[in-house]
Amino acid sequence: MNITVTLIGQMAAFVLLIWFVNKVLWGPLNNLLAERQKRIADGLAAAEKGKHELELSEKRAREMLREAKTQAAEIIAQSEKRATEIIEEAKADARSEGERLIAAARAEIDQEVNRAKEQLRAQVAAIAVAGAERILKREIDEKAHADLLQDLVAQIR
Amino acid sequence: MSAKEQSGGGTVEYIQHHLTNLCAGDCDPVTHKAASFWAWHLDTLFFSIALGALIVVVSWRLSLRLTAGVPGGFQNFVESLVEFVSGQVKDSFPGHNPLIAPMALTIFVWVWLMNFMDLIPVDLLPVIAGFFGIQYLKVVPTTDLSTTFALSLTVFILIVYYNIKVKGALGYLKMFLFHPFGKYLVPVNIVMTLIEELAKPLSLGLRLFGNLFAGELVFLLIALIGGTLAVGAAALFWLPLQVVLDLGWLIFHLLIITLQAFIFMVLTIVYLGMAHVSEH
Repeated sequence: MNITVTLIGQMAAFVLLIWFVNKVLWGPLNNLLAERQKRIADGLAAAEKGKHELELSEKRAREMLREAKTQAAEIIAQSEKRATEIIEEAKADARSEGERLIAAARAEIDQEVNRAKEQLRAQVAAIAVAGAERILKREIDEKAHADLLQDLVAQIR
Repeated sequence: MSAKEQSGGGTVEYIQHHLTNLCAGDCDPVTHKAASFWAWHLDTLFFSIALGALIVVVSWRLSLRLTAGVPGGFQNFVESLVEFVSGQVKDSFPGHNPLIAPMALTIFVWVWLMNFMDLIPVDLLPVIAGFFGIQYLKVVPTTDLSTTFALSLTVFILIVYYNIKVKGALGYLKMFLFHPFGKYLVPVNIVMTLIEELAKPLSLGLRLFGNLFAGELVFLLIALIGGTLAVGAAALFWLPLQVVLDLGWLIFHLLIITLQAFIFMVLTIVYLGMAHVSEH
């Protein structure tokens, strides 16, 4: 007889072993596998999200860069314009100042010339009177011929 | 005894001795075989329960340091095993039953471990046991019909249970009456279905037993080459032959024990799957 009561013992051992494997190994391991699956899925989703966000921020950065470039170009253009303006203003100022200086110098020169002329005239009149005095010796009364002399002076002038 | 002596007594005795279980209870005092059903095969019980305990301890220790993060080497191995069994269940089991997959895993691992005992040199454990005064030791639990039928009968009980649970008692009865030939051949149907259903546990148990018993026998025969023929100068020829044959059979048998454990598992899944299908 080959099949003995051992059979019953083996069946009991088998059932107990199934129970234990289910309880300790199969259950926890499957939960764990599910958890890991979820983790991986989450990780992939996060990676996808991160990639998307990276794309967005890259786009934003590109936009900002472009804006900054146009702004910089604007600023440069403005400052160039301003610089030329300043130069033009300076030029205009210098020109008007120069003109003013020239005018003033001319006026002074004219004045000097006039003054010199007046002096010369007076000296010439005096010399003429003195000459006439010497020539005419006392014949000509300064008081009597004042109008004559005045006329002479006016002619010289 | 005379017949034994004629056929080379030592050889037969050697094999007989190796195929005798360590018996307790109602045993034959001369042959040491079980005399009736009420005999315990202590070696079968010991090795199967020890291997079951090994599974228990290893899986318990693993469960303490399971991590959902990067798994270590052993956890990785067990995970792939679990996923392999999971895949088998998904492939051949309709519907959902949380018992099937852990049972399939238990069968696969336990049967494989019990089969693996076959790969341990045939004389090693019996000789060690001999030092402790144990005369008989059959180390492979699956070469004991009690073990293989314990597994297949448990599966059979579950088959009947789920048949009744899914189809109802009446539906199960109808299966016997009207399957496979319809309502006009009821007597034939009963016989056919009865055979079909009884063949499931019988073939499960006998297939595993037969394969492992034959494998054990071949190991014994190979061991006999060195044991009986290697005398004097002949040993130079027979001993290398034994080593080569033993290695070849070991490698081949490693395939067989895995295959048998796998077949037992898959057939269990398939049979229980059939029990869950309600249209018949």
